[in-house]
Parts: sequence; structure tokens; C-alpha cells
Amino acid sequence: MKKPDDDRLLMFSQNQPVVGGGNDGSRVVVSRSFADFTPQATFDIKKCDVHRLEEGPPVKATLTRDQGLQYYRIMQTVRRMELKADQLYKQKIIRGFCHLYDGQEACAAGIEAAINPSDHLITAYRAHGYTYTRGVAIKEILAELTGRKGGVAKGKGGSMHMYAPHFYGGNGIVGAQVPLGAGIALACQYQGNNQVCVTLYGDGAANQGQLFEAFNMAALWKLPCIFICENNKYGMGTSVERASASTDYYKRGDFIPGLRVDGMDVLCVREATQFAADHCRSGKGPIVMELQTYRYHGHSMSDPGVSYRTREEIQEVRSKSDPISLLKDRMLSNNMAAVEEFKEIDIAIRKEVEEAAQYATSDPEPPLEELCNHIFKNDPPLEVRGTHPWATLKSVS
Amino acid sequence: GFRDALNQAMDEELERDERVFLLGEEVAQYDGAYKVSRGLWKKYGDKRIIDTPITEMGFTGIAVGAAMAGLRPICEFMTFNFSMQAIDQVINSAAKTYYMSAGLQSVPIVFRGPNGASAGVAAQHSQCFAAWYGHCPGLKVVSPWNAEDAKGLLKSAIRDDNPVVFLENELMYGVPFEMSEESQSKDFTIPIGKAKVERQGTHVTMVTHSRYVSHCLDAAAVLAKEGIECEVINLRTIRPLDVDCIETSVMKTNHLVTVEGGWPQFGVGAEICARVMEGPAFNYLDAPATRVTGVDIPMPYAKILEDNSLPQIKDIIFSVKKTLNV
Repeated sequence: MKKPDDDRLLMFSQNQPVVGGGNDGSRVVVSRSFADFTPQATFDIKKCDVHRLEEGPPVKATLTRDQGLQYYRIMQTVRRMELKADQLYKQKIIRGFCHLYDGQEACAAGIEAAINPSDHLITAYRAHGYTYTRGVAIKEILAELTGRKGGVAKGKGGSMHMYAPHFYGGNGIVGAQVPLGAGIALACQYQGNNQVCVTLYGDGAANQGQLFEAFNMAALWKLPCIFICENNKYGMGTSVERASASTDYYKRGDFIPGLRVDGMDVLCVREATQFAADHCRSGKGPIVMELQTYRYHGHSMSDPGVSYRTREEIQEVRSKSDPISLLKDRMLSNNMAAVEEFKEIDIAIRKEVEEAAQYATSDPEPPLEELCNHIFKNDPPLEVRGTHPWATLKSVS
Repeated sequence: GFRDALNQAMDEELERDERVFLLGEEVAQYDGAYKVSRGLWKKYGDKRIIDTPITEMGFTGIAVGAAMAGLRPICEFMTFNFSMQAIDQVINSAAKTYYMSAGLQSVPIVFRGPNGASAGVAAQHSQCFAAWYGHCPGLKVVSPWNAEDAKGLLKSAIRDDNPVVFLENELMYGVPFEMSEESQSKDFTIPIGKAKVERQGTHVTMVTHSRYVSHCLDAAAVLAKEGIECEVINLRTIRPLDVDCIETSVMKTNHLVTVEGGWPQFGVGAEICARVMEGPAFNYLDAPATRVTGVDIPMPYAKILEDNSLPQIKDIIFSVKKTLNV
């Protein structure tokens, strides 16, 4: 059986670069077999602060090689997709609102790793990452952003209104998604299907009255709802200290137990979500999770994001806490994968995102004949008033 | 009566489809603030008849979320005045979603409760929301007049896969009405979007909804003695408006009077007039259309003031005669 060192010597002796592809088009082919890598490792993860709980999620997490590569792939895909959206927005191919998720990838990836496709998820407007993790193809996301008919909502919704089975958007009104999520959880309980609803909101939305109304009913009725606050430290341009009398968002559910979680560590997020889902599925009622995370971009594409925070702060998070680097470094230092593998994954993702962007920029806009469709479901065709009395348009379900 | 018809409609639909459930303040153990849901909690229990805390924005959002996830909620507002606290959920979360999602996400929900003036409840509890909700694409807005309307339209609303705002009237709850044989069937429904001619006439078309159908019929009876035959149209649905029914009538009578309890500006009557102007019936009008509406003020409390804030039968009679120039 070949030993790992043999390959490295082989590479050096052939004067091949160890990493990456050369300008002459040559590439290092990873010839190491899977048996050379550590198949599974257990990592210490940050302990969660708890509220009204005897104990929290485990402080150790087990990661298999396959899982690690999968989480890496997911996070890197979201990262590259969001950066592509940034580019398209600056080229004015995407317009209107565009709230990017780069920096927060571990949240979406970690949550999805801990729930089933049959569980439910709803979030606010910073939704592209979740749209992907809940199963929508990159090209359908980008084409929705560019307003084309191949978009997941046929170009009718845009950035904030993308949907998929068991994914309820994408919601533009701050906080409104939280009672909706509690209602989805009510439906799960009503139907007795053992499913849970993950209901996300930000540190800004955390002060909305309707959240507390939802908390009250969810607790009263023991709804299987995981309320998750993605605390990225700023609600638009307002830091948490300036917006909230209490920034302990995991305690804001008051009578609802809570967890404060390192949102930059995909394993922490996964373990905490697993813990929360078990809590809900066992009939104990709702739970609140605060994910401490960070967004590299400003609030939206119209916000440079540096008038209310320093470039140094952003840079510090990038260099010390980037979720993708954290995972990659963990896997490399435990010999769970090769640098070249990550490179190959990166290249494949770039290609995929580029192709999706090609699609999103070349797909035609939705046809005008469909302007008025989808007002009602299961209804006979309807006449719709146009801009003047002679413009009678038609709507079909 | 009207109240029993609503109760019967909900009972039948709860029995027919287990995804249907009712939530709202006092709907369960109190039997309903206006007793519309009397007996339902006893029959169907906690799972299907849910008492909520006094948190409209929260429970309306919960109802909409439940509808998104496959249930068929009936969300009761104790009065539609309180729906203002939840109006974002009705419009932005419910009404617009099917369109925004290009048909991926539907919201089969009914929002129901008493709307408009009551008796002596003053300004904050007396507003008519027909025009506000009638303004919004993605909603159906229904306004029944009699018990048969109440039953048939509520059943249709519950069976509809779209958000329906169902505007009742507290003063109608106790009014007894005869109900036809047909309406006793468990599958009796009245189509949403179709008005009904309650009284045939030749001289003037009266278009109205809810409580004011009664006022118009009473006015018509008085006018008939003077040889003026009124055609009274019960809109039944505010949105989508049955413009064909109105136009057909106006082309026959050549005169139009609209009657409503809501305020005049940007109201139901204003919309009807605009639509008639834009369509074939305009050329058949022998006089400008007339709107009879609530007085353009917040509702006062004292009885004499309240009585004079809403259309009375004499106001309708006066307006018809002015329109006919007699």
C-alpha cells in the first residue's frame, strides 16, 4: 500500500507544482487513494451559552471526510454565487434589492446538515444561501436575480421572493416571516408529521413586536419551531448596541429556552441545530438559537458597509473566522483531504457558477403575455385592468 | 338567521375537510365574541377551534403560515377594525405571495369577521374596510347580505384556494332570513364574483352590498308606490366586481345609484362609477351616477349623530329622485 509521502516525493521529482494548475495547462492529478485520508475525526467545538436549559449541545463534533467535503462544497458554492451576484449587480444586470450572504455560509450549511428535506425553513430577505441549501439550482437563483423567465419564480419575485418545496422564501417585510414560521410549525403539529420549522430572523428583526407575539403562541401551544436569530452585529447601519436594550438574543424568548452558537463554525451550527430539532421533535415546544455570525458585504448592494464599521473589523473576521477557511484548515490539519482536492472543488464551482451566470444573462425576460398570470390559483381566466380602459389584459392561474 | 348560516357553513366545511380550522379571539370556549362559532369547539375540540391571545399581527401571521404549509385556516378578526394591526400579513404575506412566487406558493385562507358600522361603538370600532381590501390584487373580497349569501359565500370562500376577505356585519347577525331548500344542502355554494339582482326594476339601478341591500329594498318598496321601479343589485362580492351585471342593468334603466356604508372618498361607489364610465353602459346613462355613502367623518357615538352618519332610507329615496330628476 502506497504511503502518502511517496506521492509527494514523486511530485517534487517530476518538477510538478504541488498545488494548482500551471500556466502551461498542466495540472497535478491527485493520485492518492481515499484510504490515505483520515475518514473521520472528532473536533472540539465552542460550548454554547444556554438559557433555561440544563445542558446544551455536545462540545465535540464528529465529521466524516465526505461530510466535510460536502459542507465545503455547499459553503463555497454559496460564497461564489453571492460574489457573482455582486459582480452582476455592479454591471447593472441585477437591479433593485440584493442582500448578500457571504460570511454567513456556515449558518445555512450547518442548519441544512442537521434537518431533513421534509422539514421546513423560512427566512427574511438575505435568502440566496438558503434558497440554494433548500434545493434550488444556482442558475435558477441567478436567473431570478436577473429577472428572467428561467428564474425560480419566473422573474416575478426577484431577490427576496424565491420559493421551493418546504422553503417559504425570501420575505421582504422585516419580522413578518416569524409568525409565518410559527404557523408552519403549527401545521406540522396539526398534521402530526414530526417535522419542524426553522424560522430565521436577524438582529434587527429581533426587536419586532410580532416576534414576541409568535414566541408567546409557540410556547403556549408547544409548536415545533426553531427560532433562529442570525446576529451579524448590524441591522442595516445600526449596530446591535444601538438597537437593542438587550443584545442577548438567545435570551429574548424569555420563557423559551435558548442557545448562543458560534455561527462561523459549521460544526457548531450543525450540532446546535440537531439539538434544537431534537428538542422540538420531542414535544418540548419551541427553542431559540442565536447564531453569532458576520456579513462581509454591507446591508445590501447600495451599502458599502464601511460607514458604520471599520475595514479593519471586516478584515479581521475574514482572516481569523472565515467559515470556509475554518473548515478547510480543520480538514487539512487532520489529513482528511488534500489541498488539491479543495482546489479542484473550487475550480468546479467557479465553472458551475460561471455557467449559471451565462444562463442568467442570456435567458430571455418573461413574456409580457404572462404579466398578469398567477393572481389566483385554480381559477378560470380573469380579465385584469391594464394602465388604461382599453388595455384589458388576461390572467390565468 | 345570518349568524346560524355562518355557523352552519363553518360546521359543514370543518366536517368535510380536516385541514380546515378556525382561530381567533374567543372563538372556542366563549363560543365566539358574537356567538358565530357557537358549539364548534364543543364538537371539534382544541385542535380545530383555537382561542388566540390578543395578538392580531402574530396570530394572523400564524394563520397565513399554516395556510402556506397545507392547512386551510379561517382567521377570525373580532372586528375588521383590528385587522389593521395585522394588515401586513393579509396583504404582503397572503395576497401577494401566489404572484411573487409565480404560482409556487398558494395561500388558501379566509379572513372573516364583522365589518363596518355597529351600534354605538364609536369611531375606532365602526370602519368599513371594503374599499381598502377591495383595492388589492391577489385578494378576493366578499360581502354577504342575507343568510343564504352568508352560507353559500362562506363555503365558497373556505373551498377557495386563495386568500378571501369575508366581510360580515354585526347588525345582520341577528336578522332572521328565510333560507331556500337548496341552501340546506351541504354542498350549497354561491360563486364568488357574481352579483345578484334582488329586485327587478326599470327606472333606476341601485348597486349596494351588505346591510344596505335591506335599506335599498325598503327604499324601493316606498318608491314603487310612486311608480318608480328600482332594480336592486346585491354585489355579494366586492373584488372581483361583477361589472357585467351592473352594466346590463344600467343599459336597461339608464340611471345608477350606488349605496354603501363606507366613506365616500376612494370607496366602492367611486369604483363602480369609474367602471361604468369606462364601459358600454356610459352611453346609456341619462344622468350622472350618484353615490350614497357614509358621512365623511369618524363615527360619532351619540345616537342622533350616529344615525345621521350613515345612509338612511330617506337618503336613498331622495338620491333616487334627484337622479331621476323627479
